[in-house]
Amino acid sequence: MALDKPYKDIPGTTVFDSTKAREGYHLNQFFYSLMKAENRERFLLDEKAYLDEWSISEEQKQAVLERDYNRVISLGGNVYFFGKLFFTDQQSFEIGAASMTGMATKEYRNMMISGGRSVEGNRYVEEQD
Amino acid sequence: MARITAGVATSHVPAIGAAVDLGKTQEDYWAPLFRGYEFSKQWIADEKPDVIFLVYNDHATAFDMKFIPTFAIGCGERFNIADEGWGPRPVPEVIGHPDLAWHMSQSIIQEDFDLTLINEMEVDHGLTVPLTLMYGQPDAWPCRVIPFAVNVVLYPPPSGRRCYNLGKAIRRAVESFDEDLNVQIWGTGGMSHQLQGPRAGLINKEFDAEFLDRLVDDPDGLAAMPHIDYMREAGSEGVELVMWLIMRGALDENVNERHRFYHVPASNTAVGHLILENTS
Repeated sequence: MALDKPYKDIPGTTVFDSTKAREGYHLNQFFYSLMKAENRERFLLDEKAYLDEWSISEEQKQAVLERDYNRVISLGGNVYFFGKLFFTDQQSFEIGAASMTGMATKEYRNMMISGGRSVEGNRYVEEQD
Repeated sequence: MARITAGVATSHVPAIGAAVDLGKTQEDYWAPLFRGYEFSKQWIADEKPDVIFLVYNDHATAFDMKFIPTFAIGCGERFNIADEGWGPRPVPEVIGHPDLAWHMSQSIIQEDFDLTLINEMEVDHGLTVPLTLMYGQPDAWPCRVIPFAVNVVLYPPPSGRRCYNLGKAIRRAVESFDEDLNVQIWGTGGMSHQLQGPRAGLINKEFDAEFLDRLVDDPDGLAAMPHIDYMREAGSEGVELVMWLIMRGALDENVNERHRFYHVPASNTAVGHLILENTS
């Protein structure tokens, strides 16, 4: 019998559940390695070579190289782990979050100052058709 | 005996710590937020708790994906400040209370909550930002701190009901400790926020206001709220709010609400803050 996953119909949201954790283990451990300054330096010096040291898929590597965070999420990345890459890139969590919404950073920041993204119309995938 | 005298709830956004550390608290963006904690700083200076039992979540800092404890209690003598990728925050090290923490561990595990016991770990912004909000920038924290880490990184976190009941076990563990200690319990994280995906930036003021009301007046009913309601209504990371129920469970059924504050935004997040005092 399948697990109940009632969160599947929340739009624009991927819940980091056991399936994602299984898929993203090595990818997230790679992100975690960026907590150490010497690893950040080595990664920035030659990103592909550093990624090749990890047992992660070519697709996952490509998503990291392109900083395509929605793709990273779909391939098992967890935001608290890939947040280490925001910091490696000297970016704030706000800039990182904005990049996943398709909004420019300033536009995103203004939305937050105006009270954030409304939940109206954002509860169910069906609402967005 | 030791007593839990009060509970504090507050968000623990990392950018708040950075704003303090970089001297930006008077800037237009940040000043309204810090004004909301002025009462709290005076209050805690008067209350002088001996120990803070600080419920928070680790953000892939002390715990990577190698092992993920649902509930972990810091029993060590001291806890260093973690380097989260931009150097450790310039805040004092955190001094634990191993005698009380070990006593509580034994008591809580005997009530069927399987805690992970930790002697050494680094603590991140989830723990240090609440201390900064309440105490400012002292040379040393004026209290001992028992870190209590709850998994909210990997779904599922513990349920609201389990958190609320754990709070009750925490209270009994404190009250069976012989030494006279003024203990506070803090619940941190939240409020509504989503950090990931195209829906990032979600804020739900109505949800947050109702959550604050029910946390004070109807915690038992609030504890029944399923995870899906937090995630759908308050954002995928809004589920951190279950940690506030641990704090609430450790307090009296009827509490005195001393202070409430709510502000949007701090970076991606709605900031909520409560001070609740026991009446008995």
